Amino acid sequence: MESAAHLKSGTKIAAYGVQEKLREGGMAVLYRVAPIDGGQPGLLKLPKLDFGSHPACYAGFEVEQMILGRVEGPHVPRLLASGESDFGPYLVMEHIAGPSFAEYAAAAPLPAEEVARLGAILASALHDLHRQDVVHHDLKPSHVILRENGQAALVDFGLAFHGHLPDLAAAESGKSLGTPAYISPEQITGVRGDPRSDVFSLGVILYLLATGRLPFGDPASMTGLRRRLYFDPLPPRCVVGAIPEWLQEVILHCLEVHAEARYATAAQVAHDLMHPDQVALTARGVRTKRAGLLVAAGRWLAALTSALPPHKSPTAHLALAPHVLVAIDTDCKSEALFQALRDATRHVIGGERHWRVSCINVLPPSLLTEQEEGAEIMRGLHMQRLIELHHWAQPLGLPQERLRFHVLEGSVVPARVIEHARASHADHIIIGARGSSGMRRFLGSVSSRVAAEAPCSVTVVRVAQGAGMDI
Amino acid sequence: MKVAVLADIHANLEALRACLGHAEREGAGLYAFTGDLVGYGADPVACLNLLADYATRGALLVRGNHDESALGGLCEDMNHVAREAIYWTRAQLSAAERDFLASLPFTARRNDLLFVHAGADEPGNWNYISSSLQAARSMDAAQAAEIFSGHVHQPSLFFQAGSGVARFQPVPGVPIPLAARRRWLAITGSVGQPRDGNNAAAYALYDEEERRLTFFRVPYDHMTAARKIIAAGLPERLAARLYRGE
Repeated sequence: MESAAHLKSGTKIAAYGVQEKLREGGMAVLYRVAPIDGGQPGLLKLPKLDFGSHPACYAGFEVEQMILGRVEGPHVPRLLASGESDFGPYLVMEHIAGPSFAEYAAAAPLPAEEVARLGAILASALHDLHRQDVVHHDLKPSHVILRENGQAALVDFGLAFHGHLPDLAAAESGKSLGTPAYISPEQITGVRGDPRSDVFSLGVILYLLATGRLPFGDPASMTGLRRRLYFDPLPPRCVVGAIPEWLQEVILHCLEVHAEARYATAAQVAHDLMHPDQVALTARGVRTKRAGLLVAAGRWLAALTSALPPHKSPTAHLALAPHVLVAIDTDCKSEALFQALRDATRHVIGGERHWRVSCINVLPPSLLTEQEEGAEIMRGLHMQRLIELHHWAQPLGLPQERLRFHVLEGSVVPARVIEHARASHADHIIIGARGSSGMRRFLGSVSSRVAAEAPCSVTVVRVAQGAGMDI
Repeated sequence: MKVAVLADIHANLEALRACLGHAEREGAGLYAFTGDLVGYGADPVACLNLLADYATRGALLVRGNHDESALGGLCEDMNHVAREAIYWTRAQLSAAERDFLASLPFTARRNDLLFVHAGADEPGNWNYISSSLQAARSMDAAQAAEIFSGHVHQPSLFFQAGSGVARFQPVPGVPIPLAARRRWLAITGSVGQPRDGNNAAAYALYDEEERRLTFFRVPYDHMTAARKIIAAGLPERLAARLYRGE
């Protein structure tokens, strides 16, 4: 007889025909299917509901169905259909051919640049998921698939958490959920919905790609699992000497035992991996051994007495770590406008704890750059602009490790600002308005175009002008 | 069909009208009123007339403990403010309204949905469903996939999970898919006397085809409702709590 685990080719489920079985896991069976009336093939998932199968199989399926129905964008597979069939509940999703990150992990250790490239792609996908109020909670190489366009898609949402929906996965088992090699310390203790748990798993993946080893092994016992609550991993540079300090810094920053000490968002990880020269190096980057027993004992004691943190939704966590982009026109000679931009920046970062501020400026590409002499001039200009950005930020008195400076090249200023905001997952753009209407008439308003097209909130700063002036 | 579920109206005409208007705009095709139509508020007659109108057009209605008390009895299990409101309400009702209240059943069904004011295990005993254990008792007793209750004025959603029942705090306006093969019990919150610190009226809308439940909060003219309570000579505390939603 035909059952969910043994569907024949040609079997019809809703508007799809089964082509072939791709995988059979402990929880579900996957088939490649194609729409009967033609079109792109999809992936059919049927949970195992046979007698004796664990109830969690169905919970995982329900969670995936619920969450895929609520998320969108290139970083998740599209949900094409779901419902009840003759073979029980089913869902059909977009089939992404791959490769998965497991194939890259198999080739590890990879060169630092490749680790950073893959890591930034993954971190960007992860941040996009977190922004949709979802924490994946089971991030590992086989759950990350690279699309043809170079973006990563995250799959298998059976353990995921949505900030606005019932937590069916946790309610089913009441135990810690995740994959032992990749699970974060707080996930082991039962904390759900903190995006930094995924940042930890991202750190495990980066460690694996960079060294070819798992930072905490693949523990089979609860005692083995709990070791990461007290012990750090061996620094990556001790495993592969060629790993640069900045990469070790990023990896160990993701793998901090306490979520508070980790990167606040995956976007911050992506940004650091894309701009290694701007990674703020600390003792983590040069560490040559694990923290001592004393530190581990301290963590053990702290774990005994610490209470569960108050529950917050994933997006509420992100709201504590805004990335603020300040677009500074260094040609503008108005100190009043510079000051107003600084005031606005202070106002926007307000009391949030984990903000980052990127100061950016756009330099038009020169026609001369083809020639040696032109390139030299551009380098000089680039440097001069960087110095001016630093000069602008200096009176703010903000900690250096929270500041980033970028001189971007682009002929259309607003387009370049928006592109950078998108790529760096900015939450807020602060930009000055040109005071002189003559200039604006000639060049068009940069700020108004940024405000109209930005992917995030925009504050346009304008200095109050005297009466009678043309504004 | 989209079913609007309204619990604990408590004779608050302003809140009732606001929720009905909201539900209509959301495309509700059927209305279910899960008890405590009267008590506390100043408009029992107007509310009952409006609800009787809905009843003739197919709405489902069930009886609540305040509705029962409005028909007679000593109200010994009520606090003195609630009791005072009930005695006042009795004086307002004519025979027609009393007959309408007396005709209300304890439970109402539609396919796999059950509507009941309090615990479904003993519908006339008015058990509060304020814990997973009590929700489990209702689920065990009721042969229904989805139960809609009131009595408790704080919205929440209980669901069968693992070996027991878990509780979820719904977020207003967010549709929640209610998976089949699992039992659900929704406390939709109070239309006429919210008590969770939010003074907006509460109700829920269930989309049967999509199997999606959305809890809503609807701001209404609570100042008028409160003024009417004072003008009617009802206890002032009943007016004050509408401002604060507690």
